[in-house]
Amino acid sequence: MKNIICKSCGYENQEGTVLCQHCGNPIEKNQHIDGNQNSQLLNMRYEGSARRSKTYNKSIVDKLWNFFSSVRVGVWLIAITLIASAAGTIFPQEMYIPPNVIAAEHYRDQYGIIGQIYYQLGFHNLYSSWWYMILIALIGISIIIASIDRVVPLYKALKMQKPKKSESFLKRQRLFGSTEQLSDEGKQNMISNLKKNRYKVTEDNGHVLAEKGRFSRWGPYVNHIGLIVFLLGCLLRFVPFMYIDDFVWVREGETVVIPSTDSLYYVENKDFILETYGDTEEDERFKEALDKQSGMVAKNFQTNAVIYENTAKSVVGEEPNLEMIKEDSIKVNHPIKFDGYALYQSSYQQDEFKSMSFKLHKTDDEQEESLGSFTIDLANPKDEYNLENGSRVVIDQYFPDYYLDEGEPRSETKYPRNPAFVFLVYPPGQEEPEISFAAIGRNVDASGENQFKLGLQGFDVRDVTGLSLRRDYTLPIISLGGIIFMIGVIQGMYWQHRRIWIHPKDQGIWISAHTNKNWFGIKKDIEKIIIDTNVNVVDQEEQQQKEQKEQKEQKEK
Amino acid sequence: MGDLASLSSNFLYLAFILYLVATFFFGGTIKDKRSEGTKNFASKMAIILTIVGFISQILYFITRWIVSGHAPVSNLFEYTTFFGMMLVLAFIILYFIYRLNILGLFALPVALLIIAYASMFPTEIAPLVPSLKSHWLYIHVTTVSLGQAILSISFVGGIIYLIKEVDQTRRNKKTTWLETIVYFIFATLGFIIITSSFSAMNYTATFEFPFEDQISTVDYQLPALAGPNDGTLLTENKMSPLFEVPSWMQGVNAAQKFNTLLWSLLTGLALYALSRLVLRKRVAAALQPFLVKVNKDLVDEISYRAVAIGFPIFTLGGLIFAMIWAQEAWNRFWGWDPKEVWALITFFFYAAFLHLRLSKGWHGEKSAWLAVGGFAIIMFNLIAVNLILAGLHSYA
Ligand code: HEM
Repeated sequence: MKNIICKSCGYENQEGTVLCQHCGNPIEKNQHIDGNQNSQLLNMRYEGSARRSKTYNKSIVDKLWNFFSSVRVGVWLIAITLIASAAGTIFPQEMYIPPNVIAAEHYRDQYGIIGQIYYQLGFHNLYSSWWYMILIALIGISIIIASIDRVVPLYKALKMQKPKKSESFLKRQRLFGSTEQLSDEGKQNMISNLKKNRYKVTEDNGHVLAEKGRFSRWGPYVNHIGLIVFLLGCLLRFVPFMYIDDFVWVREGETVVIPSTDSLYYVENKDFILETYGDTEEDERFKEALDKQSGMVAKNFQTNAVIYENTAKSVVGEEPNLEMIKEDSIKVNHPIKFDGYALYQSSYQQDEFKSMSFKLHKTDDEQEESLGSFTIDLANPKDEYNLENGSRVVIDQYFPDYYLDEGEPRSETKYPRNPAFVFLVYPPGQEEPEISFAAIGRNVDASGENQFKLGLQGFDVRDVTGLSLRRDYTLPIISLGGIIFMIGVIQGMYWQHRRIWIHPKDQGIWISAHTNKNWFGIKKDIEKIIIDTNVNVVDQEEQQQKEQKEQKEQKEK
Repeated sequence: MGDLASLSSNFLYLAFILYLVATFFFGGTIKDKRSEGTKNFASKMAIILTIVGFISQILYFITRWIVSGHAPVSNLFEYTTFFGMMLVLAFIILYFIYRLNILGLFALPVALLIIAYASMFPTEIAPLVPSLKSHWLYIHVTTVSLGQAILSISFVGGIIYLIKEVDQTRRNKKTTWLETIVYFIFATLGFIIITSSFSAMNYTATFEFPFEDQISTVDYQLPALAGPNDGTLLTENKMSPLFEVPSWMQGVNAAQKFNTLLWSLLTGLALYALSRLVLRKRVAAALQPFLVKVNKDLVDEISYRAVAIGFPIFTLGGLIFAMIWAQEAWNRFWGWDPKEVWALITFFFYAAFLHLRLSKGWHGEKSAWLAVGGFAIIMFNLIAVNLILAGLHSYA
């Protein structure tokens, strides 16, 4: 590695250094790196330190490194992701379209040709598409490389600061002032003013460096670390152990095994409660709004649940031995939590059929006198029922959630929401069965010649609750990322790194100042510090602009 | 209870009036040749009125909370009004850092427009559905709107900068964009004027139309320029639609919303045309002379500072608190619903803004245009996502 000796103070700087790390004197041949050659003021962003990305550009590694550490590239990546994200909201994502439609048709029928293109380009699943993930990954890589590229040299530079700076460095700061004559007392006053304004003052032979808020310089890097931790946390969700997501229906009174827990946990649904607004006196205040609504407005979805742990060693076929570990209500916004798992109230089904009873009677009997009856447990229907009068009823077909699909009977789901049966009725001593179809509110005699008829005698209903199970070990990592990010942005945004240099010059002094942001704030500080002196500090950038403008106006005249 | 409810709306009304009067006082300060500072009578009155108005609006908020039993941030009216209130708070905060009167002259009208806009939506006290019953809702909504409000002050700074700096001697791309912004402000005003006029007349026209294999009805509060697809007018003596919306416009209220949009845009156009006739030049050009005394670097600094202050608050409220709430309510901290995505877009946008400013040195005019873009995204999320792109958050 070639090192560069500073012409002003003799310090040996690393290759690629723009401003001597000791005295700040510009190193001539490297001024193009930070764009100082065309401007009177120095670019202070990274203290003129040597960054890898600005120093090497030979190997393929260098080129990749430089690509990803460029903020221009970073901003482009962010911009592309932004536009892509917006495109994903033009039409609903696939997960928000009705569950039982075919996506390809849905987008075409609902949104026409544009919808079809949207679907074919994969925009209906945009956020889990490979190219969206790659964009996010590229942003992640870019953040890491850009940060390392800058934070290391910046850290070194800020650690090595010396109060004594070269004159060229001081003169080329945005805030600069001087006076030909300043008494010692005046100077001491300034120093004590600096301290009063909570600056940390270091002196070296009459040269003064006053500094505050240096830690805010680490803000961007801290927040970038937070982002990376966050992204890693999200990545970990693809590891099955880290993230479990399942769903279970539980009927009132039932105790079922909770899926994805290795049969270790069971949940019982003691009661499902659905409350709506308008029942209580308290709800009077919402009357006006409720009157406008056509349907009911839900107030509460709640499952009174008991969680059990199965303490029997898990041998296949062995009866579980359940021990209650928790009893509580599960409501929206109030999941029940146990042993790293959480159960959420996420769906429900009211008045699902539990059982149905039928009785057999002669078709032509107007009294419908019972010849025998039976009850079907809909969760567990038997194949065949033997009646008191010796008849046999065989269940030929069972449609738990019956509907007609172009004349064909089918079941929409496997849950008994609208049960229907095709029965084979064998009257005593008869070999040939009579076929009849029975559903809620209907009994169809297919042949029209049946002698016997099955009539619905009664039924029981119960509510079903739908619970989502989550176990998410990535949450702590994701939260940590969020917290680190917030600390970083606040650190970088609500504080600023301000420095003021005082340089003895003949009978008077020079004064220069730099802040990484909030120039308004540092100017106010300086006002307070130079009060009672004849020092005059100017904003050289503003002055330059003014001069340029005046020159331009002169020319135009 | 009923009395408290009407007291509450009176507080809001009072706040509105006070902001309006304060705006005129802020206007008075730019004519004042003697002092640039904030020590003169007009500017003192202006900021005092603003603060009193803000307190009045807080009283509206508290009383409404007492009546409803939940923080009034749960429907479009409540949320948008709250956003207006936060905008005033954000202005007050930045006013006391920078003491700049011109900021009030532009920030308060924005807040006024937003509050008036909010009042066009149903204002009854509505019950909370189960998923909204969470403390995280309050925490999330309040921080997110404070964040957005502070970011909006960046827009206020940006627009002052642009009106002052954009060359108005001849027409160019920049002047056209600036007039477009002005036009959108007029269209918002148009929406408020047209909606309140017809609602004062109790205008309703009911239509019947096929929707998802059934016959639905929809009530128009404005005369129908655009009627529902295949719709028939049921109410007598009301204007029949000039045309029907195309069939791809989905949703029970799609046609009605589109009609309202059309009215707003047309009224905005009329207002804009009228202003051009009266002013005899571009609106921004007419405003420019009032801003000669403005220090453009200070305005630029304020615009940037507002982003620096607002960005962390927005991230905390709009992303982090939102994720915590979503995790509790829907067992997933992120669901890619449009409102969430647009919050992410806002985040990306301001992140890009900060990086551009930092490394590419996008100061002054470029930065001001970006501030305008950011505000457009915030407004899109507040208005368009709720009204157009459906989603879980869709209050309307
Ligand atoms: C969405 C993702 C990102 C967020 C939220 C983010 C956030 C931030 C924030 C808040 C700052 C501080 C800005 C300021 O002080 O004004 C910053 C600085 C910075 N960011 Fe990012 N950033 C992101 C992505 C990136 C990417 C992809 C790169 C890659 C080039 C990058 C490179 C930098 C650099 C070089 C700085 C300046 C550091 C310094 O001044 O020392 N950032 N970032």
